[in-house]
Amino acid sequence: MAAKTLTIDGRQITAEEGETILQAATEAGIKIPTLCHLEGVYDVGACRLCLVEVKGTPKLLPACTLKVAEGMEVSTDTERLRKYRRMTLEMLFAERNHVCAVCVANGHCELQTLAYSQGMEHVRYEYTFPKWNVDNTHRLFGMDHNRCILCTRCVRVCWHIEGAGTKNVAGRGGKSQIITDLNQPWGCSESCTECGKCVMSCPTGALFQKGSTVGESERDRNKLEFIVNAREKKQWNA
Amino acid sequence: MAKRIVIDPVTRIEGHAKISIFMDDSGNVADAEFHVVEFRGFEKFCEGRPYPEMPGITQRICGICPVSHTLASAKAGDAIMAVSIPPAADKLRRLMNLGQFVQSHALSFFHLSAPDFLLGWDTPPASRNVFGIIASNAGLARAGIRLRQFGQEIIEILGSKKVHPAWAVPGGVRSNLSAEGRARIKAWLPEAYATTDVALEIWKKTMKSHGREIQIFGNFPSLFMGLVTPDGSWEHHGGKLRFIDSSGSIIADQVDPLNYKDYLGEAVQNSSYLKSPYYLPLGFPEGIYRVGPLARLNVAEQMGVPKADEELKKFKKLGRGTVTSSFLYHYARLIEIMASLEFIERYMDDPELSSDYLCADAGINSLRGVGASEAPRGTLFHDYTVDRNGLLQKVNLIVATGQNNLAMNQTVAQIARYYIKDNNGQIPEALLNRVEHGIRCYDPCLSCSTHAVGQMPLHVQLIAPDGKVLNEIMRG
Repeated sequence: MAAKTLTIDGRQITAEEGETILQAATEAGIKIPTLCHLEGVYDVGACRLCLVEVKGTPKLLPACTLKVAEGMEVSTDTERLRKYRRMTLEMLFAERNHVCAVCVANGHCELQTLAYSQGMEHVRYEYTFPKWNVDNTHRLFGMDHNRCILCTRCVRVCWHIEGAGTKNVAGRGGKSQIITDLNQPWGCSESCTECGKCVMSCPTGALFQKGSTVGESERDRNKLEFIVNAREKKQWNA
Repeated sequence: MAKRIVIDPVTRIEGHAKISIFMDDSGNVADAEFHVVEFRGFEKFCEGRPYPEMPGITQRICGICPVSHTLASAKAGDAIMAVSIPPAADKLRRLMNLGQFVQSHALSFFHLSAPDFLLGWDTPPASRNVFGIIASNAGLARAGIRLRQFGQEIIEILGSKKVHPAWAVPGGVRSNLSAEGRARIKAWLPEAYATTDVALEIWKKTMKSHGREIQIFGNFPSLFMGLVTPDGSWEHHGGKLRFIDSSGSIIADQVDPLNYKDYLGEAVQNSSYLKSPYYLPLGFPEGIYRVGPLARLNVAEQMGVPKADEELKKFKKLGRGTVTSSFLYHYARLIEIMASLEFIERYMDDPELSSDYLCADAGINSLRGVGASEAPRGTLFHDYTVDRNGLLQKVNLIVATGQNNLAMNQTVAQIARYYIKDNNGQIPEALLNRVEHGIRCYDPCLSCSTHAVGQMPLHVQLIAPDGKVLNEIMRG
């Protein structure tokens, strides 16, 4: 495969053709904040946290879906980007009901961790306080839509790692929501294999093991990567 | 002309409240009311949440007694799962509750109430607080603050946090007592005992010089309620309810908290966000009863530990059948600190607290669960109804301060009647402070906010029946 030479944050790096800016940056040890990205499944560029600046392009582009190109000059950490990332996070917090102190994912939440690391001190937007339900009908797992950020990780792992296709997205805009099958209670799903990969993939406390209490939801994301590597590369490296 | 005096806000209590004193045409006190002016709404917004989250949510009701809520909530969760929790978990929860008793009672005694009776009712408000105690007796203030710290450290040792520990869960607890934690508590115990001895000594002197306060600070007959063990001993987490009348006769005993609704009614008054529970068989407001340290010591036949039992005997001699003066809540609090220290000491030699079998596992086996536990201020009930998926359909919380609501009104009226008369509408600040202290006796916990130190403005209005402000004074 042809190698491409490009600059990320002033550093000359080489990447393989077809790689994303996120992959190239990660290999070079440059950390770009991500939220909807999950190792093991394809990227959708949904959360806009990994936006980068590319010289010659006025638009900000998501590093997780942007492919490397020869001579590209990429900036991952500018004042403009930091401002937009904080803004994006604040909007995520304002959009649903995120109450860290009593959340099952408190202390292990990627949204919370990002808010800290990106310097989000408060939310400047008015909270929308929407009314969402908790689907606790499943024998093992629960889904709290109040804490969902619609990253679609659960949908992607369900379709492309487990292959069951139970999790889907319904609705539009702010009213979008993760559904089970054709919007049935999770406990009534015939396609769900109860594998728990969706729960493992969830960056917040939206999906949880039933009975979880504050701060108890720790996810083992490595399991997902392990399964993908085992299946695709025939490598069983735990 | 009939007037109304308003004390707003009431200071050195936990939360926001005000007092209205209604004057009759001759300038004497006709009645008084204690209003809680904050609205919380926990019972409503918890609906729809999964019940295992409740110990985490409900403890946010308060920053002083989060442990009480988290334990009562976990207990209600145990009842929904219909499990017996592991013995180690029960002991560990008890240990945390004892730590909570020590810290909360020490706060009430040293920080909030002692400034009144140690520095004097007439001390200027600017120095009538814990800083005033520091200025007059730094050693005592330090010891009091350290005693509270001891209780807080126990909570932290078990739950990793002093305030709002995510530790008690339906079915048990999350972690045991570490060897280092055990050693730390053990090493601190002698100092805690010494401080409690000093406080008891001070209190005995205070009783001698405060005969009038004992007589009029909420001294009236009422029922008393508290949890007791099967043999009628003092209980703080678990046990069954006992009701006694002011002569000391048991009127209901070994009542399962699950059936509290057969014994307790809840009246709602327009003047306050605080509900007024009453003893149902006697009706409202005749069913006035008190909870908390005074009530627990009245209903208990013995404490179950030697030093506290010795004090209990002296305490019981202060009344006939029961001790009815709310000013003696302070004494009861000190005796409970002593008992807590003795029980904590016993646990320090119990290897079971290091067990790693800490949590029972079960699904939903009952659609309703009631958890009752003694909070420092009195019996606390958490009553949850869930659907078959474990989502809350109905939440009812009966907190100690609510149960003392009727008694607090009566106390305020009694003090006001004694001190505020023939003043032509002029109310000296020191007299108002005595009225406020009537409330402080109960150590009411009105919310998670505390005004433990500092000077809050006191706004007093004399209001005619038509609402016209006749006279106004500001403090602070």
